[in-house]
Amino acid sequence: MKGIWMKINMFVITMCVLMPQSVLAAAEKASMVVIVSDTRGVTGILRFWGQLYNESHLYFSLLTIVLIPLVGLLFGTLADFVMKGIGIDLEHRELSEH
Amino acid sequence: MDWLYVLMPISGVTIFWPGLIILGVGVGIIGGFFGMGGAWMVTPGLNILGFPMAFAIGTDIAHMAGKSLISTMRHGKFGNVDYKLGLIMLVGTIVGFEVGAQMIMWLERMGNVEFVVRVLYLVLLGLIAWMVFADVAKKMRKDRETRARGEAVDALSTGIEWHKTMHKIKIAPMVHFKAAGITCTAWLPIFISFLTGWIAGILGIGGGLIRMPALIYFIGCPTHVAVGTDLFEVMISGLYGAFTYTMKGRTELVAAVIMLVGAAIGAQVGTVATKYIKGYGIRIVFGLAVIGCAFSIILKLLAKEIPAHATLLNNSSTTLVLGLVFGMSLYITVKMIQGVKAELAAKQK
Repeated sequence: MKGIWMKINMFVITMCVLMPQSVLAAAEKASMVVIVSDTRGVTGILRFWGQLYNESHLYFSLLTIVLIPLVGLLFGTLADFVMKGIGIDLEHRELSEH
Repeated sequence: MDWLYVLMPISGVTIFWPGLIILGVGVGIIGGFFGMGGAWMVTPGLNILGFPMAFAIGTDIAHMAGKSLISTMRHGKFGNVDYKLGLIMLVGTIVGFEVGAQMIMWLERMGNVEFVVRVLYLVLLGLIAWMVFADVAKKMRKDRETRARGEAVDALSTGIEWHKTMHKIKIAPMVHFKAAGITCTAWLPIFISFLTGWIAGILGIGGGLIRMPALIYFIGCPTHVAVGTDLFEVMISGLYGAFTYTMKGRTELVAAVIMLVGAAIGAQVGTVATKYIKGYGIRIVFGLAVIGCAFSIILKLLAKEIPAHATLLNNSSTTLVLGLVFGMSLYITVKMIQGVKAELAAKQK
């Protein structure tokens, strides 16, 4: 226990030594950049996504958080089928050991 | 060969899409195996493919959410996910992350924060690597002493056992976590997750790299349960992060979907591979990954300090990380194939 506290104390002291770096001369913060999708060169679904991005970040975000899990599920399930077809047991494993 | 390139509608760049899938597979394997998102591996990979860095974090987080969902489902079937523990830790993680992120904005207003963050990251990685290998060395010493006494080695023995000290803290409410097989005060996972979330918020990382060893060494989860539970948290924080970064307009959805195609398959491979590798095998490879990550950060720091060799040092850092991704993915895949062969042979007997 003593050894652990010694190590934690050394870590805290190291942090205090490093903290003075945080008072270097201030740099100007960059202003927020607005990005617009150029949909002239794309067609189909890519054009739709680009236009949705330009019209509403909220709807685009909602589309993202719905689509991402769906795509993940689709391809993960595909990998499941292949592995089960090979004969791998995907439901059980041996008792957890450290 | 134009069909090998796809135009990203938001960032306006053309990317070699098979590269995105290969990167996704590699990071998916490693993520499913170790229980982390892997942002430190994805960013150099995206850099190499010419992906604009303004979109790198948001795109990575979006694909990570999908990949972690698959891995969590698979780990859940194996009994590796302690949902109660994950949900309790989520509270501490979110609060800690926000505190860390606010601190970083405060430091940004004061001055150059990048150097401080990189050095802090290095110190943290060094501590994690030391913890892992000290634990392995201690366990090996214990097992040697047990064999010298002529006794059978306990498969469940561990090296570092700080969690036993933590479990002695009896502040109500006391909670039993069934999958993890531990009983402790609820404040322990909340406090540990607050700390890991705070560090992740300061460093601008997902936190899987810190949370996995914290679950093992401070909370006392078995390695496999630490991996699964960590992925559960990465999944939820990934979805939240994907939403917020996309709201800021910083996610290239096409790239995220393409990477996810590879990552979803890779995640299954990595997760199933945990069936065939012992807990300490996972810890050792994790320790090596942490050391590799630390070296890549040292190279990046040197690139800033020695501008004359910046290109060489930055390229070396990228090569190191991608080499690590390739090497570890290959190792995990080979182990999985060997394990599958042995399992199928045992079934046929």
